[in-house]
Amino acid sequence: MSASVLFDAPGPKARVRNLIYSVVGSIGLAALIAWVCYRLYDKGQFAGELWDIFNYAGIRQNIFDALLSTLKVFALAGVFSLAFAVVLCVARLSDHKPVRWVAVVFIDLFRSIPLLITIFALWVGIVGDMTPMWALVLGLTIYNGCVQAEVLRAGVNAVPKGQVEAAYALGLRKTQVTASVLFPQAVRSMLPSIISQLVVTLKDTSLGYIILYPELLYSARLIANNTPVGGVYPTVQTVIVFGAIYIGLCLILAWLAKFVEQRGRRSKAGIVPAQANEPKEVAAAGTPDPGAPGDAASKD
Amino acid sequence: MNVLLDNLALFREGFLGTLWLTVVSALLAVVLGLVIAGFRVSPVPPLRIFGTLWVNVLRNTPLTLLFLVAFFVVPKVLFPGVNSFVLAVCACGFYTSSFVAEAVRSGINTVPMGQAEAARAIGMTFTQTMRIVVLPQATRTVVPPMSSIFIALTKNTAIAGAFDNVDLFNIQKTLSNDGYDIAVIFVWITLGYLIITYAINGLFRLLENRLEVAR
Repeated sequence: MSASVLFDAPGPKARVRNLIYSVVGSIGLAALIAWVCYRLYDKGQFAGELWDIFNYAGIRQNIFDALLSTLKVFALAGVFSLAFAVVLCVARLSDHKPVRWVAVVFIDLFRSIPLLITIFALWVGIVGDMTPMWALVLGLTIYNGCVQAEVLRAGVNAVPKGQVEAAYALGLRKTQVTASVLFPQAVRSMLPSIISQLVVTLKDTSLGYIILYPELLYSARLIANNTPVGGVYPTVQTVIVFGAIYIGLCLILAWLAKFVEQRGRRSKAGIVPAQANEPKEVAAAGTPDPGAPGDAASKD
Repeated sequence: MNVLLDNLALFREGFLGTLWLTVVSALLAVVLGLVIAGFRVSPVPPLRIFGTLWVNVLRNTPLTLLFLVAFFVVPKVLFPGVNSFVLAVCACGFYTSSFVAEAVRSGINTVPMGQAEAARAIGMTFTQTMRIVVLPQATRTVVPPMSSIFIALTKNTAIAGAFDNVDLFNIQKTLSNDGYDIAVIFVWITLGYLIITYAINGLFRLLENRLEVAR
């Protein structure tokens, strides 16, 4: 349902009213922005010198290094979590009850524990010494592996039953059916959801700040605290720059998810990919799977 | 020595801190989320633009960055001398409101088009259509994603603990300084979070069953 159904094509009175609302709304927003700007100006945050710090080669190198270490953790955690998700998903769909139960308990438990606690516990050395980087990578792998496993499971369950029956009828073994019939189709249909979860993984790398891993946010704090310009700390400026980097990275990934979804829609072969839900909060504690095909959007 | 029994008062303080933070920021998130979702479907362009910007910026920003802004920029520049609880509520609430707004909007999208058309045909205004026809029906599809959002919110409040707000995650600092075994501390803290998340899950199960209507 498009928004336009909710209201009539405006007549003369409504047009005037909407215009008034528009003007009032705009003035309200402008007032809010102006007030924030005034406060910033009042504290001397608009001085041009505060932005000069980003002209130093050293600061730029810092930002670049931080970006690299964020991307390094993201790449490692992304790859490991997907590999782990495949293992967990296979265990979750196993024919052997004990294996299935272990997977269910593991997935439910680690989806319910705050990711920060998993990472922090690994860092302070619950299972032996660990550098911040590996604590971060391992924590992200465990948590996102569990979430991605559920996404994959939803994809496997969405593959029509006839496919499996046909594969068995052809004489394929269980492993062959899983590897060559179920998973390729599950991954294809769930690719948008998988990429959306990768956006969450990327955002969660910022938890490295808390365990002192020198990623983007940590270096933002260092830059803001160590380069005062005329007695003013450039906190606002660094937050704007680093926020823009994060939002840019996330939007690129979200756009990729959308692109994959639309490409899948165009092709008529196979099952329809799930909707790309962009960054989405994922629950735990036995709630329904995220982004299963035919959830919210396709009801009714 | 028993970590839980020796420090019952501290654990209670932490547990209540987490619970309180979750409840207050959930309320803020729902109110803001409803308003923003209303903005996004409203006939007034500036409001629509504001709603879209709000959702896209907040959803693509890491929560830790929001906490950084809330705890180091806001007190210094905008409101000096706000206590850490209010700041934590703002960070969690604003972040979660963007997810609530999206859930509400996709809930509105699942209401059959004919319903809104019928409401319009009998002469209801935008507010009436929303209040009497669309939102009550959207509620049913919005409730399940809401439970996921609130559970995620509960887990996210742990980040506030790292920024010196007193909650379950925060008390581990005091306890490990007292020399208790870190593994045992984390077992009890985790249990505290599990209690809250499973309680939310159960509550929403009940709510879903009550709202369920045969179609």
